[in-house]
Amino acid sequence: MADVKLNNIKKSYGNVNILHGIDLDIKHGEFVVLVGASGCGKSTLLRLIAGLDEITEGELQIGSELVNDLPPAKRGVAMVFQSYALYPHMNVLKNMSYGLKIAGKDKAFIRKKVQQAAKTLHIDHLLERLPRELSGGQRQRVAIGRAIVRDPKVFLFDEPLSNLDAALRVQTRVEIGKLHQELGATIIYVTHDQTEAMTLGDKIVVMNQGRVEQCGTPLELYQHPITEFVAGFIGSPKMNFIAAKVQSIEADHLVLRLSNGAITKAFVDVTSCNLDDDVTLGIRPENLSEDSDLGERISASVSLVEQLGEASYLYLTLSDATEMVMRTSGESTTTIGETIDISFNAESAHVFNADGLALKRHRAGNTKSPAELARLKAIA
Amino acid sequence: MNFALPMKHNRGKALVTHAVLMTYTLIALFPIFVVIINSFKTRKAIFNDPLALPTPETFSLVGFEEVLLRSEFGLFFSNSLIVSVVSIFFVLLFGAMIAWALTEYSFKGNMLIGILVAMGIMIPIRLGTVSILDLMSSLHLVNTLWALILVYIAQGLPLAVYILSEFIKQVPKELKEAARCDGVGEIKIFFTIIVPLIRPAMATVAVFTMIPIWNDLWFPLILAPSDGNQTITLGVQQFIGQYVTDWNSVLASLTLAIVPVLILYIIFSRQLIRGLTSGAVK
Ligand SMILES: Nc1ncnc2c1ncn2[C@@H]1O[C@H](COP(=O)(O)OP(=O)(O)O)[C@@H](O)[C@H]1O
Ligand SMILES: [Mg+2]
Repeated sequence: MADVKLNNIKKSYGNVNILHGIDLDIKHGEFVVLVGASGCGKSTLLRLIAGLDEITEGELQIGSELVNDLPPAKRGVAMVFQSYALYPHMNVLKNMSYGLKIAGKDKAFIRKKVQQAAKTLHIDHLLERLPRELSGGQRQRVAIGRAIVRDPKVFLFDEPLSNLDAALRVQTRVEIGKLHQELGATIIYVTHDQTEAMTLGDKIVVMNQGRVEQCGTPLELYQHPITEFVAGFIGSPKMNFIAAKVQSIEADHLVLRLSNGAITKAFVDVTSCNLDDDVTLGIRPENLSEDSDLGERISASVSLVEQLGEASYLYLTLSDATEMVMRTSGESTTTIGETIDISFNAESAHVFNADGLALKRHRAGNTKSPAELARLKAIA
Repeated sequence: MNFALPMKHNRGKALVTHAVLMTYTLIALFPIFVVIINSFKTRKAIFNDPLALPTPETFSLVGFEEVLLRSEFGLFFSNSLIVSVVSIFFVLLFGAMIAWALTEYSFKGNMLIGILVAMGIMIPIRLGTVSILDLMSSLHLVNTLWALILVYIAQGLPLAVYILSEFIKQVPKELKEAARCDGVGEIKIFFTIIVPLIRPAMATVAVFTMIPIWNDLWFPLILAPSDGNQTITLGVQQFIGQYVTDWNSVLASLTLAIVPVLILYIIFSRQLIRGLTSGAVK
């Protein structure tokens, strides 16, 4: 068992605090994705777990052993760097086997290990090449292979796909997902690409300025972001935010007066609300409809249209100059300059209070993972 | 049509650059050329027309015969070689180690050592000749090659540390970290990751270090002037007399002295060209 436990981990460089007390509980075999804006401390946290930087305060446990003072090689972790960091003067075989050689493993064992990993990653024909003779995707595989051969308890990936082109990124993403299934190892994966986060993660940790903002399954974060920051971070295009005031409070919903004067309902927990509170209504672009058929209506003028084929994005401006985006059918014929009535379901609305904290949604959609759904269906 | 202009401009610039470099090369090579052609001429021909190429009438190997058969040239030569090679080896080894320590680790006195090294570049070591001689005589090293080697290591280190530090700083941080994750010890990281990557820089340093050592007359004269330990520059002096100078022998030994420098330079310059870091990251 190799659970990873972070207990109030802090990091400062000199007197600059980068991480302000991170608590995380990662189960054996879990695929955990760290996301957050650039500079929020994701890499720093990963380097602390790897043992490349000293932990200023707090406890780090790997497999129920306190590893704060262990050197990287003794922690049973392997790191895959964003820049791959292959040894440039060693061929692929040597790159992959160097760690084992240092560990004093015998030659036959090393050869078997490397060959096995190379086969899994489809790089067995490249073993004699130098890193400079490989393409970006191949280098990435070698870097992953170098991590695999050491049989680590925990894999650490720092934005491993960000140097690849779009097509290769999708392909490698799928392969990393499969690799996780095959190896069953614990993986901590840093990215700022939320498609990667949503598709790969069993659990996503959203970080903001050195703090964990929220931690949960991909759909939990999507359906129940607990802060405005998370709501804006998860989902693409970004959630729309509209300033509003609480007009009246009903048993299971709020009635809001939006900044452009429109009146809408939102099915959220009302217990902490007062009349006339300043709140923010959040509504995802994909929950908006171009027709006025979904109950809650807003009128807006179209300032830009992006046609992607399978869908179109309409960039809208409300009468009070609030900007919004909506996703609509690819067949939509709406054009720039038109004023349209858009609508949404009161169930799909998010509401955030003045402190940016979300009010719990009553009627959110599915938050279960495919595996959970399959299990439930099997029982029923 | 428009983009022809910058091309032309570049070509003009290249022409000027090349002209300057060619002129410089000619000026630098001319004395060497004169030394070499005259070493193959009779004494009379040297004085009659120093700039003429050797002809069948003026051709003579008397200088080489004198140097190779009737003097201890072989000994001088091997002394010079030993001193240079051993010094270069230790300058490179210690230089790279100091550079690695100063750039990679922050420790107490790091700054101070860095400043001392920088001062070593600015202050010529010859200013310390008297104390060096003092030191060597109390260590009983006067008239040994070790005296020269120690001084040359000290002389070469500051620049070596300075140049190598710059190169070590450019080795991506991730490479060292990857090695640390692989469980490679710090000393092994230095020898198996850092040194191979800064080989081109070490070649540069080797060339910079070798030339002043090979050509030095000052320290051999002061620290190791006795017969068995003379280096080539000092050995040549025996042909230069107060009244008569054996120009044939002087020129012949100088010509021979150029050979090893040339060979070492060729070896190292191949290293200089090699770009080893490509493919390291990204
Ligand atoms: N060695 C260091 N010294 C000082 N500050 C650092 C150091 N490394 C990182 N930082 C700072 O820590 C913050 C987080 O960096 P990082 O973890 O790399 O962010 P990211 O989430 O983009 O990976 C940044 O503001 C960065 O400037
Ligand atoms: Mg980063």
